[in-house]
Amino acid sequence: MTSMVKPKISKHLPTNELGLTIRNYEGSMSTLCAGCGHDSVTAALVQAFWELSLAPESAAKVSGIGCSSKTTAYFMGQSHGINTVHGRMPSVATGANAVNGDLHYIGISGDGDSLSIGFGQFAHAIRRNLNMLYIIENNGVYGLTKGQFSASADIGSTTKRGIPNEQTPIDPCVQALTLGAGFVARGFSGDKSQLVPLIKAGLMHRGFALIDVVSPCVTFNDHKGSTKSYAHTYKYYHPLVHTDFVADADEITGEYEADGGMSVTLHDGGILNLRKTASDYDPRDKAQAIDTLMQPRENGEIRTGLLYVDENMADMHEANALPDQPLNKVAYKDLCPGSDALGGFLKGYC
Amino acid sequence: MNVVADIQADVRVNDFVIKIANVNGTGSASANGLLMKAIFRMGVPVVGKNLFPSNIQGLPTWYEIRLTKDSHMARSGSTEFMVAMNAETYAQDLKEVAPGGYLLYDNTWPRPDLHARSDISAIGVPLARLCNAEFDNARTRVLMKNMAYVGAVAGLTGLDVGVIRGLVEEMFGTKAHLIEANMKAIQIGLDAIAEVHKEPVSLKIEAMDKTAGHVMIDGNTAAALGCLYAGATFGAWYPITPSTSLMDGFKMVCEKYRVDKETGRKNYCIIQAEDELASVGMAIGASWNGARSFTPTSGPGISLMSEFIGFAYYGEVPLVLFDVQRAGPSTGLPTRTQQCDLQLAAYASHGDTKHICVYPADPKECFEMAVQAFDLADRFQTPVFFMTDLDIGMNDWMVPEFDWDDSFQPDRGKVLGKDELEKIEKYYRYEDRDGDAIPYRTIPGEHPKGAYFTRGSGHNWKGGYTEDGGEYKEVLDRLTRKWESAAEVVPGPIIVEAAEPTKRAIISIGGCDGAVREAMTRLQKDGVHVNYLRVRGFPFSAEIESFIDAHEEVYVVEQNRDAQLRGMLIGETNVEKSKLVPLLDYAGMPADPTFIYEGVKAHCLNAEA
Repeated sequence: MTSMVKPKISKHLPTNELGLTIRNYEGSMSTLCAGCGHDSVTAALVQAFWELSLAPESAAKVSGIGCSSKTTAYFMGQSHGINTVHGRMPSVATGANAVNGDLHYIGISGDGDSLSIGFGQFAHAIRRNLNMLYIIENNGVYGLTKGQFSASADIGSTTKRGIPNEQTPIDPCVQALTLGAGFVARGFSGDKSQLVPLIKAGLMHRGFALIDVVSPCVTFNDHKGSTKSYAHTYKYYHPLVHTDFVADADEITGEYEADGGMSVTLHDGGILNLRKTASDYDPRDKAQAIDTLMQPRENGEIRTGLLYVDENMADMHEANALPDQPLNKVAYKDLCPGSDALGGFLKGYC
Repeated sequence: MNVVADIQADVRVNDFVIKIANVNGTGSASANGLLMKAIFRMGVPVVGKNLFPSNIQGLPTWYEIRLTKDSHMARSGSTEFMVAMNAETYAQDLKEVAPGGYLLYDNTWPRPDLHARSDISAIGVPLARLCNAEFDNARTRVLMKNMAYVGAVAGLTGLDVGVIRGLVEEMFGTKAHLIEANMKAIQIGLDAIAEVHKEPVSLKIEAMDKTAGHVMIDGNTAAALGCLYAGATFGAWYPITPSTSLMDGFKMVCEKYRVDKETGRKNYCIIQAEDELASVGMAIGASWNGARSFTPTSGPGISLMSEFIGFAYYGEVPLVLFDVQRAGPSTGLPTRTQQCDLQLAAYASHGDTKHICVYPADPKECFEMAVQAFDLADRFQTPVFFMTDLDIGMNDWMVPEFDWDDSFQPDRGKVLGKDELEKIEKYYRYEDRDGDAIPYRTIPGEHPKGAYFTRGSGHNWKGGYTEDGGEYKEVLDRLTRKWESAAEVVPGPIIVEAAEPTKRAIISIGGCDGAVREAMTRLQKDGVHVNYLRVRGFPFSAEIESFIDAHEEVYVVEQNRDAQLRGMLIGETNVEKSKLVPLLDYAGMPADPTFIYEGVKAHCLNAEA
């Protein structure tokens, strides 16, 4: 088969600031299973980028290998995309970002891609505070190879045939917190109203923004006994923080402050309005965030929302003293020192 | 002390080897470098080889300095003057000295039973004792003992102490106390040798004028300079011997020429990756985004990068990989040289992949070919392998000064910019619009019309996903044509003709060059004439096949066990396999002219018999 072009009928649809409709943010037709959580994440991404009025050419999509990684073809068809090798998307994103920090980097990965084969690159991209939105579409299972457990499968969660997982799961949010990420969130593909603001906030956060999205696999991990099924996730879904993203300061209302909420101004534009849903949770307190996630899951609750945010960390560009003009646009005459300099340099070798 | 009576019979001027045996981690490198540089400054051509262990401190290390008035480029294989500073290897070092030669050792500690040779002069000097008396702390004493043997060697051979002083002053700049301390140590060596050895010496250094217009530089620094001049802005790497100094070199030149003096902002980015899988991924990301990028590594790194290399090949992402080869397999001999990745690089990654490779022979070519490698990568939108080795990369070579043409403009290949995209109806990433098998690429961020999806999965000429066999083959076949079309664009072979017409020839590659040329001269003296072709690029130019066709017997000289170059010549040309005689030097040492001379000679004698 070849990839299918999605018909784009934009008539009567509202336009954003760029005059684009939501159709302009879609990509080719998804080839995932009907009902796949990943397609809901794709829909949330399309919604978020349309709402942000993101210029298609200002975004670059990066992914690895797996069901989740395929989805970069299914949104923003007018943006460049690179579907790299398994588990190695962070390195490609690092190089791309180093030479052009003006683009928005959107990385889509999965639990196999990020927590097994690509665990090292995932960790080091966080350590470098690479400025990108990094989404893990987390379903606890390998879909394309037909149902093996991934590293995020919970202890006791079973395969379709009833065999339980006995290995400790890796929680990407806990890992990201310990590695120094400045934006750590968890969402659920079934809650678009929570996910869209998180995506917008993550994209505008300067630095590494992780959103771990529980995204059920309808074919291999949606049965009774699975802790990453739709039914299980809906049942134990527990938002800790409510997040709203607004594009500019004028839109702040007093409502959140009266409610004990807080506002976070992002360096690249926009404001995050956060409201606590659990009375004692503070998304500025890393120790508390780690502690909360490490606690045994009372009643099996899946804690979601913006778990931690620190918008003031230096990103990779700053740490490397890179210029404002992207390196890929620096003129050759400014890169080559010329023959006189060569002669001078070689004097030290005579 | 043993002095051979007839030693004066054969005085050698500017044509002998000084070999310094020492212990790794004692700081001898700067003393040895000083010694070689001083000889070079006296106008005497030199060849230096650092033979070092995979170790930080304690294992034996040797440094060879060949003085070669005839400007040979290889090591000679013999040792006329041994500076035996390592008690542990003393027996072996003593054995190695050529008859009539000299051995200088530190007799602060007795070395009984080891003065077993009467055909050389063994000279004991109490360097450690003298330095211990003069200098205070332990580290200084060790360092100064090294400088003292420089003085002793100078005293014996006639090396100009004024030249040494000049170099020491350059080395320490304004730190006058260090200049004086080092010169004091050198004087200790000079005085000591004058006291114990008053006889005439048969090894002499005399000033010449054969190094003007030359530099002493290592290939890794030269390649790094090439990256700078090529306009590379991004480099990612993972530390690995013997490629580490390439990135060190790039950092050094970038700090000098690419930092904005006012803002401190850098027109380059170097990232030390978590492993080689990441370093090549980063370089691919930067290239995909339109910057010139590279990654330096060695064989083990290429093994790790292989999956990504196939991705860049199939996705048509430009990339320059520097493979500073070392002896394998596996960890192998990490501090020894070989040309053992020739086939690994040429066909790196799974599936059908063929790559463009360039093979420099010395640091000057490292500089030139590094620039060419970036042009090739951009022009053909593919990974390019720059195949050097530990000998070229880490040793200082005497080579002519590099040239630079200020009118040079990099060849960025076929890139559609914003204006061009605006004009065209529809853009397809892998469309062969010009019929030359090279499609047009676009840079992210330029224009929505230029958007495409780079993938390592099956794709058609439009860049779309496909599992259709016909569409898949169409792209794969174009990649073959693209690769083949590089054959006459890569650096062409260099042919050296023998003094007389001959049906015998040598084909070689890279750092074997100097040794082959020296062997040819020696063979010619024996009446054996051979033509010589040096391969400098892959895919092979048609000239290589016709050269082989024009000869009856071709010795393929290379530094690996499996005759990899020979295998590539057989696989990629239609030449007669039996014509190609392997001459393989893979013990890990820099190429040896005697090995080649004897190998060719023995084969000729056999053929005649």
